[in-house]
Formats: sequence, C-alpha cells, structure tokens
Amino acid sequence: MPPALRQLLRDPVAVVAGAVILIMTGMAAAAPLLAPFDPDEQFFDGLSLEGAPLPPGPVFWLGTDLLGRDLLSRLIHGARTSLVIGIVANGAAVLLGSLLGVTAGFLRGAVGAVIMRFTDLMMAFPALLLAIALAAIFSPSLWIVALVIAMVNWVQIARVVYAQTIAIAEREFIAATRAVGAGPWRILLQHVLPHLVPTMLVWATLGIATTVLLEATLSYLGIGVRPPTPSWGNIIYENQTYFATAPWLVFFPGLAILLLALSFNLVGDALRDALDPTQRGRT
Amino acid sequence: MLRYLGARLGQALLILVGISMITFALIYLLPGDPVRQIAGRSATPETVESIRRQLGLDLPLWQQYLRYVGGLVQGDLGRSYQQKTEVATLIASRLPATLLLLAGAITVELLIGLSAGILAAARRGSALDRAVMVASFTAVSAPQFVVGILLLYVFAVQLGWFPIGGYGSFAHLVLPALTLGLLGGGWYARVTRSSMIDVLRQDYIVTARAKGAGRARVLLVHALRNAALPVIAMIGLDIGLFMSGAVVVESVFGWPGIGQLAWQAIQRIDTPIIVGVTLVAAVAIILGNLLADLVAPWVDPRIRLRR
Repeated sequence: MPPALRQLLRDPVAVVAGAVILIMTGMAAAAPLLAPFDPDEQFFDGLSLEGAPLPPGPVFWLGTDLLGRDLLSRLIHGARTSLVIGIVANGAAVLLGSLLGVTAGFLRGAVGAVIMRFTDLMMAFPALLLAIALAAIFSPSLWIVALVIAMVNWVQIARVVYAQTIAIAEREFIAATRAVGAGPWRILLQHVLPHLVPTMLVWATLGIATTVLLEATLSYLGIGVRPPTPSWGNIIYENQTYFATAPWLVFFPGLAILLLALSFNLVGDALRDALDPTQRGRT
Repeated sequence: MLRYLGARLGQALLILVGISMITFALIYLLPGDPVRQIAGRSATPETVESIRRQLGLDLPLWQQYLRYVGGLVQGDLGRSYQQKTEVATLIASRLPATLLLLAGAITVELLIGLSAGILAAARRGSALDRAVMVASFTAVSAPQFVVGILLLYVFAVQLGWFPIGGYGSFAHLVLPALTLGLLGGGWYARVTRSSMIDVLRQDYIVTARAKGAGRARVLLVHALRNAALPVIAMIGLDIGLFMSGAVVVESVFGWPGIGQLAWQAIQRIDTPIIVGVTLVAAVAIILGNLLADLVAPWVDPRIRLRR
C-alpha cells in the first residue's frame, strides 16, 4: 500500500468522509434497485386531501414533493446527476487546467505569458455569472451543464499547476537531467509530470466539491439540469414556493448536497496532507 | 512604490480590455437578435435592414467592437430587450442594495472569520481548533440557497423575528447578510488561521513574548498585523465570490440588487442585462483586487521597500 494511502486511512475524518462518498456512489450506481419507488411516478396518495406535499412518514420515508412524487427516490436518482456532473465536469476542468498550466510553466516565454494573462482575465469573471451566461448560450442538458462548469473551473487549477511546474523546472535535478542530455519531452514526461500528479489528485478531489455546489446552484436557478431529470438542485427549485409549509423538500436535498460536497472537501484536504507533509495542518 | 502602483494599474487596464472583448463576444453568442427585438415580428425585410444599419450591425466586427468599447467608456451598456430601459440605468438603480448587502456580508465574515481563525491558531491542535476547522469546512461546503431558505424558514416563518424577504430596513438585511457571511466566514477562518500559525512561528513573536508582552497583546498587536496580508488579499478575492453569491441570495430573499436583476434577466433571456451585470461584476472584482494591492504596502511596509 502506498504510504500516502496508509496515512489517509489513519485519519478518521477522511475515512468517514470517504465512506460517505462510497455509499453515495453506490446509491447512484444502484439507484433503480435501491429507490423504493419510480422517481417520476406521481402517486395519487402522494398528496394530502388539500393537494399539499406529504411530510416524511411510513410509506414515503422522506415525504413527497408538490407533484406527489417520492422524495427519497428522487434524491437517490439525483445522486447520479450530481456525481456524473461532478466527476465529468471536474475531470475535464483538471485536464484542461493542467494542460494549460504545464504548457505555460514549461514553455514560459510568450506562449506562457499569453496563457497566464488569459487565466488572469478569466479569474476576473465571477464563476456563477459566467456559467449563467454560458448556460444561456447553450440550451442546458446534463452534458452541457458539465461542459459549462468545466469551462469555468479550470482557471484555478491552471494557476496552481503553472506555479508548481515553474518550481519543479527550477530544481537542481531538472538541470542535472538536462546536463546529461535529456530532451524537453523526456524531461516533461518523466521528470516534471510525475511531480504534478499529487497536485492534480488533490484538485481532482477538492474540485468535485466545488462542482457539485455549482451544479446544484445552476439547477436551483433553473438553468442547470432540467426537470423531470432529478437533480438535488432542481428538486429545491421546483418546490421552493412550498418551503414555508413543506421545509423537508429543501432540507433533505440540501443535506445531500452538503454531505457530498463536505466529504469531497475533507478527503481532498486529507489527501493534500498525506501527499505533501510540509503542508500538514496548515489550511 | 510608484512603479509598484503603476504596474498594478497597467495590469488592471489590460484585464479590462480583455473583459470588454469577452463580453462583446458573449453578446454575439447569446440568443436573441437585437434587431428582431426592436423591429418586432411583423417588420418587413427593408425595416429590419434599416434598423440593422442604424445599430451599426452591418459593419465589420472590429468596427462594431470599437463602437461597443466607445459606448462602454461613456457608460453605455446597451438597452434591455424587455424593459426598453438603459442597462446602465437599471444597474445603477440596483447597485446601492447590492453594496449594502456586500458591506453587511463582509462585516459578518470578518467578525466570524477573524475571531475563529485567531482563536484556532492560538490554541492549535486543541478541540476548539478542530471544531473551528470542521465548522469552516462545513461552511464552505454548504449551498447558499439552502442555508438562505432554511434561515428564512426558522427565523422568519417559524419565529417571526425577521421579515420574509424584501428590502428597506435593518431587519431585512440581517438574514441575507448572515447567509453570505456565515458561509464566506469559513474561508476567512481558514486563511486567518494558517497565516497566524505561520506568523506565530517567527522569531519576533518569541522576542515579544520574552519581553513580557501578554498573550492577547502578542496575538492581536504583534501577530495579527503581520498575518493580515493574506486576509486583505482574501477580501479582494471575496468580491468575486460575493457577486456569485449575490445572484443566489438576492433571488432567495427578494433583495432588489443587481444579483436579482441578473436572475430575472436569465428567466427572460434578456442578454444585455446578463452581460451588463457580468461586466460590472468583473470590474468590481478588478477594483477589489486593485484595492487589496494598494492597501497591502500600507499595512506591510516591507512591500513598500521591496519595490
């Protein structure tokens, strides 16, 4: 077992958070088997006589929504949306950010300057507003939302990877490798990239938390994943007019979003400590 | 010092030019043809063509861009499709509410974030430190709209302490400012803590302690000022986070700021407003960072000497 993984497993917080992620992933994968009901079925007895959503009870464990659908089943299916977008969008952001960061940091010069000035420029846009504008250009679907989030979230990663690449390229062992005649590709692939893997891993984890929150927010604003596809954000969007009488329709999806984002943040933080001992206990 | 300021100003200007290019591109990519919006459905091709010429939309792209920038410099952000009003006027009328919310949110963030961060750093490794870290992680992982709606439910619907959304008095400000401040405070707590821990390791802190300075004096006088830089940089960055948060929180609480304006514009695909708010927000972020850069040498004289 690699030492970083061993250290991670010794951290009780990280283990619990990791377990939450595994359970939610399992839930998402086996959603049709686990969900007690069809998430889209509008039950006749799913609404009160006055036509209001039902509170949590013995049949519908977490209650029903304003159309009489089972909230628990919608949440379990919604986990798919959050995780798929979290992993795909953030994976794309890490890939794009790393690619631009490494290129800028390794080539430096004019190419590096252009890439990094563009990154500075993107930093000046508030992520949500830019995502909103982009979401308005493309009509939203699951994959478009993922793409929009990736287009907004690569910026930070590019900056971190850029700074790291420069720091690594200035270390002595790189100069030594160059002195023995290694070409630029060899230096990049064999000596620089392996040192960047921990950073990318940490961002691949932390970034999922940001992505899950951004997807939920876009869906809450009504420009993310469109109903009837359940997403934790759009469940709240659909039901928010009932929040005063049916607060469970905000509470449970909100709790799910918080748990998933918090778990990815905690695991990412523990991962950073495990992979980089100098950073331990700092932020 | 002058060169430092000049370099920062130059960078800010360059980024402004870049921003104008991106918002110009957004206007062209966003749905909704301004000519059709003005001419209406039943217009003849000749009318459409003459409006197109009037608006300068038949010119080459670079000339259109220059006209766009020329307009921006004079404060012209275009006209709303739906409300037929100048976007600049709409934004100006909404700006005070957003600035008030910003002031409230940053006050809460600093109160919570600074005190929690200082306490955690002073008692590093204690149960209190761990509690602060867990709380700050929870805060930065919590969706703003959920916290906002739940605060509204508990304190406005159930307890009736505050109005259910709206604008006008101090009571209206409390819940939206708390929503943004509680969650944003998590970032401040973490930044303050890590910066304080760095500073508390320095020799001059040991010297101050050796000279007999009390614990509170060492923390608040000797350490805090030296640890303030990352926090100040954070305030600069925070304006960006705030602008995103404002869209959500203003729409939850019915707060009539530019965030709500943007949200309403999304519902009606009113491109000029969406782009206008994005532009104003980007400028605010640049100003925020510039301000942080300008305050930094004043708080930390080492920066003044370095350049």
